Amino acid sequence: MHPVIKLVSQRIALGLLLLFGASALIFGLTEALPGDAAQAVLGQSATPEALANLREEMGLNRPALTRYFEWLGGIVQGDMGTSLTNKLDIATSIGSRLGNTLFLAFWAALVSVPLAIFLGLLAVRYRNRWPDKLISAVTLTTISIPEFLIGYVLVYFVAVKLGMFSPLAMINDSMSFWQKLNAIALPVIVLTMVVLAHMMRMTRAAILNVMQSAYVETAELKGLSNFKVIWRHALPNAIAPIVNVVMLNLAYLVVGVVVVEVVFVYPGMGQYLVDHVTKRDVPVVLACGVIFAAIYIGLNMVADIVAILANPRLRHPK
Amino acid sequence: MSDTLLKVRDLKIGATAYPPGEKPRDIEIVHGVSFDLERGKVLGLIGESGAGKSTIGLASMAYGRGGVKITGGEVWVNGRDILKTSLSDIRKLRGGEVTYVSQSAAASFNPAKRIMDQVVEAAVEKKKFTRKEAEARARELFAKLGLPDPDNIGKRYPHQVSGGQLQRCMTALALCPEPDLVVFDEPTTALDVTTQIDVLMAIKEAIRDTGVAALYITHDLAVVAQVSDDIMVLRMGETVEYGTTDQIINNPQEEYTKALVSVRSIEHEEKQPTPEPVLQVDGITARYKGLNFDVLHNVNVEVHPGQTLAVVGESGSGKSTLARVITGLLPPRDGEITFAGRTLSPDLAGRSREDLRELQMIYQMADVAMNPRQTVGTIIGRPLEFYFNMRGAEKRKRIIELLDEIELGEGFIDRYPAELSGGQKQRVCIARALAAKPKMIICDEVTSALDPLVADGILKLLLNLQKIEDVAYLFITHDLATVRAISDSIAVMYQGRVVRYGPKSQVLSPPFDDYTDLLLSSVPEMHLGWLEEVVAHRKMESAGN
Repeated sequence: MHPVIKLVSQRIALGLLLLFGASALIFGLTEALPGDAAQAVLGQSATPEALANLREEMGLNRPALTRYFEWLGGIVQGDMGTSLTNKLDIATSIGSRLGNTLFLAFWAALVSVPLAIFLGLLAVRYRNRWPDKLISAVTLTTISIPEFLIGYVLVYFVAVKLGMFSPLAMINDSMSFWQKLNAIALPVIVLTMVVLAHMMRMTRAAILNVMQSAYVETAELKGLSNFKVIWRHALPNAIAPIVNVVMLNLAYLVVGVVVVEVVFVYPGMGQYLVDHVTKRDVPVVLACGVIFAAIYIGLNMVADIVAILANPRLRHPK
Repeated sequence: MSDTLLKVRDLKIGATAYPPGEKPRDIEIVHGVSFDLERGKVLGLIGESGAGKSTIGLASMAYGRGGVKITGGEVWVNGRDILKTSLSDIRKLRGGEVTYVSQSAAASFNPAKRIMDQVVEAAVEKKKFTRKEAEARARELFAKLGLPDPDNIGKRYPHQVSGGQLQRCMTALALCPEPDLVVFDEPTTALDVTTQIDVLMAIKEAIRDTGVAALYITHDLAVVAQVSDDIMVLRMGETVEYGTTDQIINNPQEEYTKALVSVRSIEHEEKQPTPEPVLQVDGITARYKGLNFDVLHNVNVEVHPGQTLAVVGESGSGKSTLARVITGLLPPRDGEITFAGRTLSPDLAGRSREDLRELQMIYQMADVAMNPRQTVGTIIGRPLEFYFNMRGAEKRKRIIELLDEIELGEGFIDRYPAELSGGQKQRVCIARALAAKPKMIICDEVTSALDPLVADGILKLLLNLQKIEDVAYLFITHDLATVRAISDSIAVMYQGRVVRYGPKSQVLSPPFDDYTDLLLSSVPEMHLGWLEEVVAHRKMESAGN
C-alpha cells in the first residue's frame, strides 16, 4: 500500500478513537456533576417521590454505561435527544446555530489566514527592519487586548461614530447574503485581530528557519528576487508547522468565540451553549461538547494529513 | 578584447567574530587575494578549512555567506567590476553568467520540488531560454553527465536519486543557463571515493565540452590536480603559492605546499598477530529494528592487544553498525563477541562497569561528542571519577598528565569546547577515552572531519599513544590512506559482508578481488592524468552510481 494512504488512514482511525474517548470523557464529567437531569427539571424543592418518578420515566435509574451507549448510538444517527428546558429537538436547534457559527468562522478564516501568511512573508522579506517590527508590534498588541474590549471599542467607533456596519450581528434566514455579511463585518474584524498574531508569527518563524538551509542559498545564487526565494523555495518547506497553527486557530474560531458572540449578540453555538449551561440543560451541553470536540479533532486531523501530504518523501517514495 | 573572464584584484573579505565571553568584533578572513581566470580554463583553489577558498569562490558572485562582507578590492567579470554594480545587475549575473555547485547537493536541492524545475529555473528566469528549450538542454546535460534515464530523471524529487547522481544534477543545474563561469565548491567531497571518480570525470568532461571556465575549490590537492589548469594554494586568507598545476604538484616552492603534496606519508610497520586476541567478533549477523533485511552478514574479525584493525568500506557497508554491535548499542541477531577473554552480553544493559571501562569509543564529530557547557577538565575528569573514584588533587594531576599525553598541556584545563580547533577537540576526546585506561578503543571515522595536515597529526598521536599505553584500536574509516598509515590488519567491508580480511601487507597486495581493486584504485593520486588512467582500467561500477 502507498505509505501516504497508510499514514492518512492511521490518522483518521486515531482521530475517531480520540473522538470516542472525548465523548466518554464529556459524558463521564456531566455524570459526575452533583444532581441530575430530573433534579434540574424539578428544581431544588422537588419531593423525593416526584424525583424518583421522573427518574424512572427518563430512564435515569439504569446503569451509566447503558445510558452512555444509548446516547452515543443516538448521536451517531443524528439524534441528540431533546432539550430539558424547551422540549425542542436538539439537533434541529443546533443545526441553524452551528450554521451561523460556521458562517462567521468561515469569513473570519477567509480574511485572517491569507492575511496572516502574507504578513508573515512580508515580515521575513524585511526581517529586523521596520516593516517586520511594525507587523509584530501591531499583531501582538491586538492579541494582547481582551477581545470583548476590542469588540466594544469597534462598536463605539466604527458602528456608532462612523455609522459603518451594524453594531449588532443578529442574522436570520430572511436576510440577504450581503445583509448578513454587513452584519458580521465587525465580529469578523475582531476575530481576525485575535487570531492573526499566532499565525503570522508562526509563518515568520517557520520560514526564517527554512531560510537558513542550503537550498535557499542555491536559490539566492540563481539570482532570484527575495520574494521569489521566499515564495517558491522557503514557503513550500514551511507548510507543515504553519498549517498546524492555522488549524488550531480555525478551531478557536469555531469553539472559542463565546465572548465575541455575546458582545455582538450573534446567534451562534457559543451563546447557545452558555445559555443552556446556566439552565443545567445536560443533554444540550453534552451535544455541544461532542460537536466542539469533533470540530477540534477534525481540524487537527486535517493539519496532520496536510503535513503528511506536504512531505515529498512520503508523497513520492523511492 | 582580452580573454580574461574573471579578474580578482586585492580582494579583502571580512566577517564578524563572536569569541566566547567577549564582545563581537570585525575580523578580516581574506587578506588581499589576486588572480586571473581566462575563458575555458579551470583554476583550482586549494586550502584547509578557514583558508577562505569558499568565501573567495562566492565573492566571484558578489555573495557573502552569513555575515560575511566583501570589504575591499575588485572582482571583474566579463569586463565590469561586480562589486560596484547594483543589486539587480548582480542578480542578472548570478545564475546567468556565473553559477555555483555546492558541496552537498543533497542539502542544496529543494526537497519539495522536482529536479527539473530546479535545474531550469535560473535559465528560464533570466529569459535565456524558454521553458521548453531549457528542459531540452537539461536533458542533454543529464545525458552528458552520465545520468541514467536522462529523459525522465528530471521528473524525480531529490530524495529519489542517489548522492552521486544528485551531485551530477547540481552540475547540470549550474551548466543549464550556459554560464561563462562555474564555481565548484568541493563538489565531490561528500561522496564515497568510488563515486567521486565518476562525478569527477563527468564534471571534467562537461567543462571540456561546454568550454566553460571554472573555479574548482577543494581541500584535496590530488583531486584538483586532475581537473585544473592552474592552482592557487591558500592559507588563512592569503595566497601561499600560485602557478600551473604541473608546477605546484611536481615542483612546489613553499614549505606549506610541499607539506600538502606529501601529506599522508606516515610509515607504520605492521605488527605480528598475538596468540590471544583482545576482541573476537564471531559470526555476527545484525539488523535494525523495523527493517526486514540484515545489515551485517556473518562478520568474523579479531583485534590483537596493542594493535590496530582497520575496518574500511563505503557508506552503507555496515562498518559503523559493526561498532554499534560491539559496543552493545545494537544487540546482534546471531553471533558472539568475546572481549579480554570473556563473552560480552549482547546488549549494553547486561555489561559490567569493567566491560564498559575497557572498551572506549571516539567519534567522527568531536564537537557534538562533548558537552559544550563543560570545561576540558570536567570532560576528561568524568571517566576518572566514574571508573576510578578519583577526586580533587589526584584527579587534577591525572587530567594534566592526560593533557600532556595528547600534546595540549595544562593550559587547556579550563577551556570550553567552543574555544578549541577541530583537531584540539578530537584530542580531548582521545584523552577522555584514554582516561578510562581501556584495552581497546573504537575509532569511528575520527579523522574524516579534519583537514589533511591536522588529521595527520591525530594519526601520529594515536600511533604514539598505542606504543605508550598498549591499547588496541578498531579503526573505522572510508579512507584508504588512513588505513595504510595506521593499521596492522584490515577488514574490507562491502554491503554488510567482510569481503577481504587479513594482515595489512596481505590485504593490500594483489591479487585483489573486484571490490578491493575498485576501492584501492579510486583513491586519488597526486599525479597528472591519474583520473583518465583509472577510469580506463576499472572492472566494476561503483555502488553509488
